Amino acid sequence: MASLHVLANPARFRRFSQKVLPVLSGATALVLAVGLYLALVESPPDYQQGETVRIMFIHVPSAWLAMAGYALLAGLGAALLVWRHPLAALMARAAAPVGAVFAAVCLLTGSLWGRPMWGTYWVWDARLTSMLLLFFLYLGHIALSRAYDDAERGDRAAAILALVGVINLPVIKFSVDWWNTLHQPASVMKLGGPSIHPAILTPLMVMAAALLLLFVVLVMVRTETEIDRRRLDAAERAQ
Amino acid sequence: MSHTPFIIGAYVVALLGFGGLLVASLLARRRIKRELGHRGLERR
Amino acid sequence: MSGFTALLARDLRLVWRRPGDVMVVLAFFVVATVLFPLGIGPETNLLARIAAGILWCAALFAALLSLDRLFAADYEDGALDLLLLAPWPLELAALAKCLAHWIVTGLPLAVLAPFMGLLFGLSGEGLAALGLTLLVGTPALSLIGGLAAALTLGARRGGALLALLALPLCVPTLIFGAGAVEAVATGGGFLTHLAILGALALLSLATLPWAIAAALRQAGE
Repeated sequence: MASLHVLANPARFRRFSQKVLPVLSGATALVLAVGLYLALVESPPDYQQGETVRIMFIHVPSAWLAMAGYALLAGLGAALLVWRHPLAALMARAAAPVGAVFAAVCLLTGSLWGRPMWGTYWVWDARLTSMLLLFFLYLGHIALSRAYDDAERGDRAAAILALVGVINLPVIKFSVDWWNTLHQPASVMKLGGPSIHPAILTPLMVMAAALLLLFVVLVMVRTETEIDRRRLDAAERAQ
Repeated sequence: MSHTPFIIGAYVVALLGFGGLLVASLLARRRIKRELGHRGLERR
Repeated sequence: MSGFTALLARDLRLVWRRPGDVMVVLAFFVVATVLFPLGIGPETNLLARIAAGILWCAALFAALLSLDRLFAADYEDGALDLLLLAPWPLELAALAKCLAHWIVTGLPLAVLAPFMGLLFGLSGEGLAALGLTLLVGTPALSLIGGLAAALTLGARRGGALLALLALPLCVPTLIFGAGAVEAVATGGGFLTHLAILGALALLSLATLPWAIAAALRQAGE
């Protein structure tokens, strides 16, 4: 009955999420509606970027959450490797594709912002390049965690990868910045800029809150699924 | 050059990405729940 | 320390007995680099300009190509279980395996690359810089690849997965390795690049043996 012991913690999470998830989903829908209204209707066009600034309201929070998501993966990896927390493995498995989608949305919206603003879909800008590499790290994590017939091996291997990846991220960021300043004439306009007008900041923060809530809801729904899938696998193997 | 198509495009991309992931996650959860139900393992 | 040298000597002996394995990697490096001028065209100026990046990328691929068997044979025949039980730290075993890999691939690549650089019209200083940066940078590649090899032990799609895991982590090494060679041509900054490249290699040396050992432990569980 070792499997029952392992599931003790995830079962508690499941009860918790069944209580919290409806509230959280409602809050997500509400904040998202407000955020979209502020972003698309209420906020004025930027004096520099014009209407195109509206892309930033998705692009920037996606970038934040993609980075935070990798930190979450690393934290969950440590929880699995150090404390053998059984829920951490399932949550990491659930969170990795979510983080990857946020990184992908960040890259694609950045590209769609770049075409009217920079005149090209892709610039080897330091931030875009780092985000691309972060996306690749997510892909590696997803592929590794699913590459084993024994799911728990995949969990542990991916946990080690996430920890090494999170140590490497600042190094990658530093080297890409270096590479970029070496190769790129500094004429390219930076995203964001030094000061952000409050009229832009409010919708940005509301959209960030909405996407954070969406991130949490997605991870919780997918964690529930992973818990059930593990139970199903265990039942199958017991037969 | 008109910027509007790019703004619409960005929001469509976000909708497809986030919405698609949400729908896929909900469907996967339902499928697993149903399979657990078939085995009499669901808990309420 | 005797376990370390014994393992290193054993791995080198194994390669020495079957030198074909190393030759294939070096042949891959030569053929891959020769393909670029054929694809891009024989313009000497252009080739000299991109030589550093191409030779570094080809060396990176060649090093990774040879890595998927780094721990696989030991994993399959049970030698890894003995290493796990050995009374000396697994971190040292991981280091010995990576050092052996570096001696049989990184080192020959660093020697061979300047000769390939000749085909790209690199200057004498550029050739020396290329060999030197590969000498300093390839240990990091062996360690990063060693981690990817340990993580993918027994995985489905092992080889392609190994490359997917290792390549993003190799980016800093590639940037500063190729950047150093380029700095020679454009003037200035070579030593800075080389120093950072050395720092990256030392950082890998200081952290990755532990990660590789952790990966091997969970593979042996």
